[in-house]
Amino acid sequence: MRTFRLKTPLTEDAVRELRVGDVVYLDGKIHTGRALVYQHVLEKGNEPPIDLAATCNVQMHGAPAGAEGELGRYRISSIQATASFRYARWVPEYVRRYAIRAVIGKGGMDGAIYRDVFSRTGTVFLTTVGYGIAAIYGRGVRNVEAVYWKEELGLPEAMWVIEVGNFGPFIVDGDCTGASLADQANEVINPRFAEVYARMPQHVLKRMGEIAQSLEDEVIAGNAGCPDDAGAAPPSRGGRR
Amino acid sequence: MQPVKLRSHGKAGRSTIKESWMEEAAYEAHRLAATTHPPDVRAALNKALERESKELPRFVMKAIVENSMVAEEDQRPICADVGVLRFFVVAGNEASMEGGFVALERAVRRATVRVTRDLALRSNRVHPVNRRNPGNNLGVFSPNIDYRFEPDADWIELIAVHKGGAFGSDFRMMVDGDGLNGVRKGLVDAIAEFGRRGLTCPPVIIGVGVGGTKDQAFSIAKQAAVLRPIGDRHPEPEIAALEDELFDLANSFGLGAMGYPGTGGYALDVHVEIAYTHSALTPLGVHQLCQAARRGVVRVHPDGSIETRPAPSWFSEFFRRAGI
Repeated sequence: MRTFRLKTPLTEDAVRELRVGDVVYLDGKIHTGRALVYQHVLEKGNEPPIDLAATCNVQMHGAPAGAEGELGRYRISSIQATASFRYARWVPEYVRRYAIRAVIGKGGMDGAIYRDVFSRTGTVFLTTVGYGIAAIYGRGVRNVEAVYWKEELGLPEAMWVIEVGNFGPFIVDGDCTGASLADQANEVINPRFAEVYARMPQHVLKRMGEIAQSLEDEVIAGNAGCPDDAGAAPPSRGGRR
Repeated sequence: MQPVKLRSHGKAGRSTIKESWMEEAAYEAHRLAATTHPPDVRAALNKALERESKELPRFVMKAIVENSMVAEEDQRPICADVGVLRFFVVAGNEASMEGGFVALERAVRRATVRVTRDLALRSNRVHPVNRRNPGNNLGVFSPNIDYRFEPDADWIELIAVHKGGAFGSDFRMMVDGDGLNGVRKGLVDAIAEFGRRGLTCPPVIIGVGVGGTKDQAFSIAKQAAVLRPIGDRHPEPEIAALEDELFDLANSFGLGAMGYPGTGGYALDVHVEIAYTHSALTPLGVHQLCQAARRGVVRVHPDGSIETRPAPSWFSEFFRRAGI
């Protein structure tokens, strides 16, 4: 596996060189954000108090395990990312508006976002490893520079700007060619599921809202919504099976 | 890990468990859960790493095993998502608690606030309607506490469980005609939906609840996932055989860590609990406990001694009403 150690703010050239399956470590500044941050910025019109593009153009879908000590002093014990497909309705606009070069998350996002948005903006999706190596990532946090919107969003889900060193490892799940590591994995796994399903009878009662069983529709399907892309379907979880 | 005696309050013959001891025990149970993998989980993760031969999931398993060490060494949370902090309490029928069980609840709430602050745990419980975060993991029904009672025991065991919960749970209202194939398919559905992309944070411990009422099926599935050590088998041979079969089924898809194709395995174990059910129905619950399988077990005795234990004693013959 190719391994890269990159400084933030990330350059477009550095990001475009990455390919799915590469391992990345980061030095510099990053910022966090989940649903509350996206809503605060994109729906309620609050501008981030710092120039994200110029200082910390990496966004992590995470709320750290952190605490406030002496006034204005914060510490983070552990940090990692949460499932990113939940934020598909905001990610494209946020990435474009603030020139985000890397989104650190969990589970990847719908391949359509990599193909249609990230390939144009020059952005990669870095997946956290193991989805629970938060103590290792915690060691990579050097300093909490600022916590914005703590009162409005609560401490964990505020926008944390943190300085990191040798922060990683992360694996590239989506690169600027539009490739998706998770999709590649599913191509290998799906036939095995299909084989097992072929010899299993359906349940007598469906789940609530269930229409049909399909391996093409994963739990994240229907979350590729790009609100400002003409013709894109609105985000929906209805009728996904 | 053998039971470790943390403290003896040196008052042999004392018959009442003090509130302050319970608070100490609850704090320790939380701390262990947050920072230290149980010994059975750590051993199973190491074995999964040994079994893994594909580069990508092997890289992931190495990181998972290393993270387990780092968390304990640095006393950092294994996972930043502390999940919803909760307790399962096994109370001896002969145990006597100073201030009664109301005092136990007070002690648990105080310990939860303290451990949240001391370990910088994420304050993870928010108001579900206005999303307000009180900042200390307390709130309406939080932390939740489930009790069961054990005959002929004079101790109280606190089991802290920190678990997330978005992915991996599934419920089916099956009918009499669905049979065992319905159980098998229910498990496969849950893995297909949430195991791919590693949304369940595999390798996982799977709990399957078959029967009872709808809420019971879900509850015993959860308890089977979080309160039984890896390798444990149900006392009924028929159910134990089903556990073995479902374990093989869960590991037959070639899913490894993070949902990458691999040889290390998807499930570390599958535990099945049953409850007698309505003659027409078989409700089915499935829970999947992530690799950050966090539980801390601390038992308090009436002589004031407090011991940590490697595994919960939640399931017992009495609790399962064995032999009826």
